[in-house]
Amino acid sequence: MNAYNFAYLDEQTKRMIRRAILKGVAVPGYQVPFASREMPMPYGWGTGGVQVTAACLTPEDTLKVIDQGADDTTNAVSIRKFFEKTAGVAVTEKTGEATIIQTRHRIPEQTLTEDQILVYQVPIPEPLRFLEPSEVETRKMHALEDYGLMHVKLYEDIARHGEIATAYAYPVKVEGRYVMDPSPIPKFDNPKLESAALQLFGAGREQRIYAVPPYTKVVSLDFDDYPFDPSKPAHPCALCGAEDSYLDEVITDDAGSRMFVCSDTDYCAGRRGDGA
Amino acid sequence: MYVAVKGGERAIDNAHAWLAEERRGDTGVAELSIAQIREQLALSVARVMAEGSLYDPDLAALAIKQARGDLIEAVFLIRAYRTTLPRFGASNPIETAAMVCDRRISATFKDLPGGQILGPTFDYTHRLLDFALAAEGLDPAPAPQVAAPDGALPHVTDFLAREDLIQPEADGPATPRDLTREPLDFPADRPLRLQALTRGDEGFVLSMAYSTQRGYGRTHPFVGELRIGTVAVEMEIPELGFAIELGEVVLTECETVNQFMGSKTEPPQFTRGYGLVFGQSERKAISMALVDRSLRWEELGEDNVGAPAQDQEFVLYHADNVQATGFLEHIKLPHYVDFQSELELIRRLRAEALGDQAREAAE
Repeated sequence: MNAYNFAYLDEQTKRMIRRAILKGVAVPGYQVPFASREMPMPYGWGTGGVQVTAACLTPEDTLKVIDQGADDTTNAVSIRKFFEKTAGVAVTEKTGEATIIQTRHRIPEQTLTEDQILVYQVPIPEPLRFLEPSEVETRKMHALEDYGLMHVKLYEDIARHGEIATAYAYPVKVEGRYVMDPSPIPKFDNPKLESAALQLFGAGREQRIYAVPPYTKVVSLDFDDYPFDPSKPAHPCALCGAEDSYLDEVITDDAGSRMFVCSDTDYCAGRRGDGA
Repeated sequence: MYVAVKGGERAIDNAHAWLAEERRGDTGVAELSIAQIREQLALSVARVMAEGSLYDPDLAALAIKQARGDLIEAVFLIRAYRTTLPRFGASNPIETAAMVCDRRISATFKDLPGGQILGPTFDYTHRLLDFALAAEGLDPAPAPQVAAPDGALPHVTDFLAREDLIQPEADGPATPRDLTREPLDFPADRPLRLQALTRGDEGFVLSMAYSTQRGYGRTHPFVGELRIGTVAVEMEIPELGFAIELGEVVLTECETVNQFMGSKTEPPQFTRGYGLVFGQSERKAISMALVDRSLRWEELGEDNVGAPAQDQEFVLYHADNVQATGFLEHIKLPHYVDFQSELELIRRLRAEALGDQAREAAE
């Protein structure tokens, strides 16, 4: 792959992306527009995350890529192979060994450290999008910190359903200022958004990058009398017995029997290896 | 027994091998050459160049071959290649008035200097399947030829402009913004809108244009002129101090003449919509001109009647078929983590709702 630069993107493009990342870090939760490039994989399949990862990678990095918490899902495999081919970096499935982790829809169970960067693939970066379709309007609402519409939505949920009926991509307020979409992670993962690691969010098709710097305050939106509940599965993992992890439900036969197993495959394998 | 989705890597490799085999099809049938696609599927090649924003018939033909004839996939291949190309500079603006036309028609004047040139068009063909084509090896007889008209063909709208009957166009910025190098930002000025439309999906732009004709908004313009032909691309070379010709491109240009009764700010005058597309692509060029005109409501002081084709955010954000396809098809990717959280939510809400019903029944 000598025809392409290290990690595919040319240095000018990486510089442009790094500028957007730095701006995002300086203004936590703010969506920074960036000139997203066409990547050799489809929009909506992680092009934002891939561009952010490409701009952060150095030859010394160790990369982990997960989708739905697992290293072996097809799109995670495809993205990992892309960077093996174009950057020649070391790759790992072990959360603890990775310096950069690109993820779709999950935050690893294992607590991340200051030496790690977590890169999220984001489909729709705008938390207000389904309340207001116009980008011009939503940018204005963020600028004015006008989040009344979001609170009305959450209130209406409670009035109709008795609880906030959002199970994933649960909106958060970052450092007391911007309301942010944490990407479609289950709300179970929201508490992990306060982390020692740098968290970067890339939305390729929508041309936005945003960031949550280490130790930033991230509050899931709620009301005093209806506090945020990350919810926890009622079962332990059928494979490793973990009671603190997010579980996938797997249908095991035609009669609809099912079992619950860790969605974070590395976490589950590690626990089984430890004899837990 | 839990069977994890292991072996994703091998599955991907095997799928690619199968895809390559399917692309080739029956090896007993001769393979398509790039030249055959370029010459005989020229309108597909034109579409891929236009929506791929890269003028290179051979690469477009290769993309069509690789994509098994899926034109949006071919556009995607071209876009992904284009974005890696270095930028040496920008050409001078092309001069479509100097176009060597294969086709040039006006719906507004019966005859005009330079005449009407019908050119190679499907327009008046009867759409009857020509079974003779199924028997190969029958090359058509050469078409009759005439000498090319002397000199450049003037633009039809120039005649209206001389009488001040059509709105003059303001000069745009010297260097228009580049959609592929800067994030899309609103409000988008006209050069940016035209850029997005010319690489937008032909079907989308067509339907947007059609919607304005049917009553979602109002355009039913005259085709002032439609011309297809070759223009030279020139570039200023700083070391030389003059422009040199880099090559030629085939373009389709459409200028519509729209009725305009005047508004609060503008006197009655004809106004224009403009379409310019790589290759022979009349449907796209005309559609583009209608949508362009529709998006100009604000500048002309017209009312926004809430039509989709008047909403630049709606049109520009949804015109790109590579973006649309990617996002649409990403729902094929695993979503079981989000689905799991929805499943739990629905089960809980359902249990509560059924519990409420049971309690009410008991009372």
